[in-house]
Amino acid sequence: MSAVQLNEKPYSREWLLSEQPTSRHQARLGRAYVIWRRFSANRLALAGLGIILLLILVAIFADVLAPHNPVQGDLRNARLLPPGTAGYLLGTDDQGRDILSRLIHGSRLTLFVVVLVAIIAAPVGLIIGTVSGYAGGWIDAVLMRITDIFLAFPKLVLALALVAALGPGIENAVLAIAVTSWPPYARIARAETMTFRNSEFISAVKLMGASPFRIILRHVMPLCLSSLIVRVTLDMAGIILTAAGLGFLGLGAQPPLPEWGAMIASGRRFILDQWWVAAMPGAAILIVSLGFNLLGDGLRDALDPKEAGQ
Amino acid sequence: MTANVLSVRDMVVTFDDFVALDHVSVDVATGESFGIVGESGSGKSTLLRAVAGLNTFSAGTLSINGQSYSGRSRSKDFYRTVQMVFQDPYGSLHPRQTVDRLLLEPLAIHGFDNVDQRIMRALDEVGLGSGFRFRYSHQLSGGQRQRVAIARALILEPKVLLLDEPTSALDASIQAEILNLLEQARKDRGLTFVMVSHDLGVISHMCERLAVMKSGKVVETVTADALESRAFSADYTRQLMTASEGFRRV
Amino acid sequence: MTDKLLTVEDLRVSFPTRTGEVQAVRGVSFTLGRERLGIVGESGSGKSQTGRAIMGLTPKHAKITAKTLNFAGRDLLAISDRERREIRGKRIAMVLQDPKYSLNPVSTIGRQIIETLKTHERISTAEAKARTLAMLEAVQIRDPERVFSLYPHEVSGGMGQRVMIAMMLICGPELLIADEPTSALDVTVQLEVLGILDKLVAERGMGLIFVSHDLRLVSSFCDRVLVMYAGRVVEELPSADLSKAQHPYTQGLLNCLPTIGTDRHPLPVLDRKKEWAL
Repeated sequence: MSAVQLNEKPYSREWLLSEQPTSRHQARLGRAYVIWRRFSANRLALAGLGIILLLILVAIFADVLAPHNPVQGDLRNARLLPPGTAGYLLGTDDQGRDILSRLIHGSRLTLFVVVLVAIIAAPVGLIIGTVSGYAGGWIDAVLMRITDIFLAFPKLVLALALVAALGPGIENAVLAIAVTSWPPYARIARAETMTFRNSEFISAVKLMGASPFRIILRHVMPLCLSSLIVRVTLDMAGIILTAAGLGFLGLGAQPPLPEWGAMIASGRRFILDQWWVAAMPGAAILIVSLGFNLLGDGLRDALDPKEAGQ
Repeated sequence: MTANVLSVRDMVVTFDDFVALDHVSVDVATGESFGIVGESGSGKSTLLRAVAGLNTFSAGTLSINGQSYSGRSRSKDFYRTVQMVFQDPYGSLHPRQTVDRLLLEPLAIHGFDNVDQRIMRALDEVGLGSGFRFRYSHQLSGGQRQRVAIARALILEPKVLLLDEPTSALDASIQAEILNLLEQARKDRGLTFVMVSHDLGVISHMCERLAVMKSGKVVETVTADALESRAFSADYTRQLMTASEGFRRV
Repeated sequence: MTDKLLTVEDLRVSFPTRTGEVQAVRGVSFTLGRERLGIVGESGSGKSQTGRAIMGLTPKHAKITAKTLNFAGRDLLAISDRERREIRGKRIAMVLQDPKYSLNPVSTIGRQIIETLKTHERISTAEAKARTLAMLEAVQIRDPERVFSLYPHEVSGGMGQRVMIAMMLICGPELLIADEPTSALDVTVQLEVLGILDKLVAERGMGLIFVSHDLRLVSSFCDRVLVMYAGRVVEELPSADLSKAQHPYTQGLLNCLPTIGTDRHPLPVLDRKKEWAL
């Protein structure tokens, strides 16, 4: 029974990078630390992370941060004021509502859409993809044809159809987007599963008597996670835009909710003279999409399985 | 007369049109160390994988300890009796799991108790200290990984160990350590070995009897002593012997 | 008679990594005439990196220094990229381990060899084809016309390696570096390929550096052997004197292999001493 000395201070840098971890906890934290170091070496990725963290903070503290009421404006005095007017940093819209406050509250809706779609679509895609890739044969064929059917529809069209059937509203928009988002995740999960399906470590686990269910859940899925996380993050920009598109068409968030896409739609009428009504929410969408893209790129570099060995 | 723990009769394995095993018959006695030698395409690995249930065989019979098996279905009993060590140390360990997790898996599947103790003992037996317990496989050298693979195979206390070229991917000096480790484990636990290799030197060192395979058929079966004294009959065996002696300028 | 083809003095190759500098080769020195030199070592010994440094194939971010790295009068460290490209293939050639990975999978064998020829010499395609066919015959490929139009995945490992040799020797280099040329081949095929290599090297009076992990094979094939460990040369001796090796690592390497006839249970294991790695 060898005695392992704990000469590193717990949770210090040396402890995390130790070559001889003494507990599962230490090993897992150590690995997370290595990935973080790789991620944080990329400045653009950190910028992306910063933007997303800002979005989250703004959404959480919206009530405190927003200077004015986002849904009720001062129709008499504050219609279409330009940015820089006292008290209205980004100007007001045609109903006298402060655009800054609307953007701040709208961040909640954006986050709501993005997180919910990810939570619904990613696990569905993961399960279908891994089962399909591992089982092969007719199960694979059937699941992939179902996936193909969903992939064949243009996202916006299918989302429109669903929303038209279910009625407008942000919850239905989320459902519609989620339904069209899972096929690429299934494809990715399937491709990854197929690369590991015949590898020796899977054969070894089969030889212990593990059931296919156990193999998929505990051995295959963890390997698909990094690609999936990267893809989902990169897709978030697209999801925001689709939600904005639906909002623009009046099928997503309903007025007076300060959804950014709907704000652009209603600002369209004034774009020549009062450009800020449409441009401000547009800039917000741009920045957040950029943030997700940078974050996703950074995650891809940091989580790349080829480099995970170093 | 020791009973045969493993008995293969007229086994046929085909992959589409390619016949990988052509009516192969092999018997391994309990406690014996049996080798299978051949070059690539000889079917030696296919035979091992068919026994393990990783390949299906379209004809022939397979029996382990008197119990008959077919196709890919194997009982939990089978997995407690027969285990395998694979060739590639870099491919046979899950890339995202620690050594501890790797050794835990077979114990969890079969519902063993005293998990911590068993894991520590398994690591000790293969010469790895407890400092290795929570490392990931990419933090281990080739020889260390193969030790973990052996620990994993032995942790279920099998009676038969299938070894698919366990040292081919290792440096010569590491190979010697691993071969010694395998021999010691066999002695301590009274295991039966079925070892596949392309290296006649390794097989004749580790095994008492061996079968020479070529193109899916068993060419001949000899004892290691007979090999040494050149008392074999097949031409191909002679070719392999000459080749293993190294290059000779004509 | 053996005019110095290659002179290497204090070659050092190091790679910067996230956790510090890794020194792959730490001061290797040797000379080579028109003879065969074997470089033997295990993984991590630096033997492959030595060969690649001479060929100029080390990745760009690595650091290569040497007191002398001289090939037929040219300083290999000081030449420009263009000059290096001219030497590569034409005067120094390299055969790699696995033809599955070292031959272009989307180009036919014939086209690849012709490409090598045309890169270094100004000849017509017809003449290049004729020379290619002649070279394929020289590596004992029985029907060169058929193999000419095959893709690398359509030929066996042994034939692929022979094609590789043909491709590398067709421009008539003076020095051949073979990096584990037979390790990926079956045992019986290994001897065939080595026989072909042997014949060609002798016929053309080339210098050969044979890098391998197999000490016995190298000593039976080469005139001199360099044993490397942890980036350094620990022993240099003529092949004939292998049994009289002095360094404990060489002795250990020789003894730890199981052979038919020698019955040692357990096998003698290398006791790695820290001093060897200094």
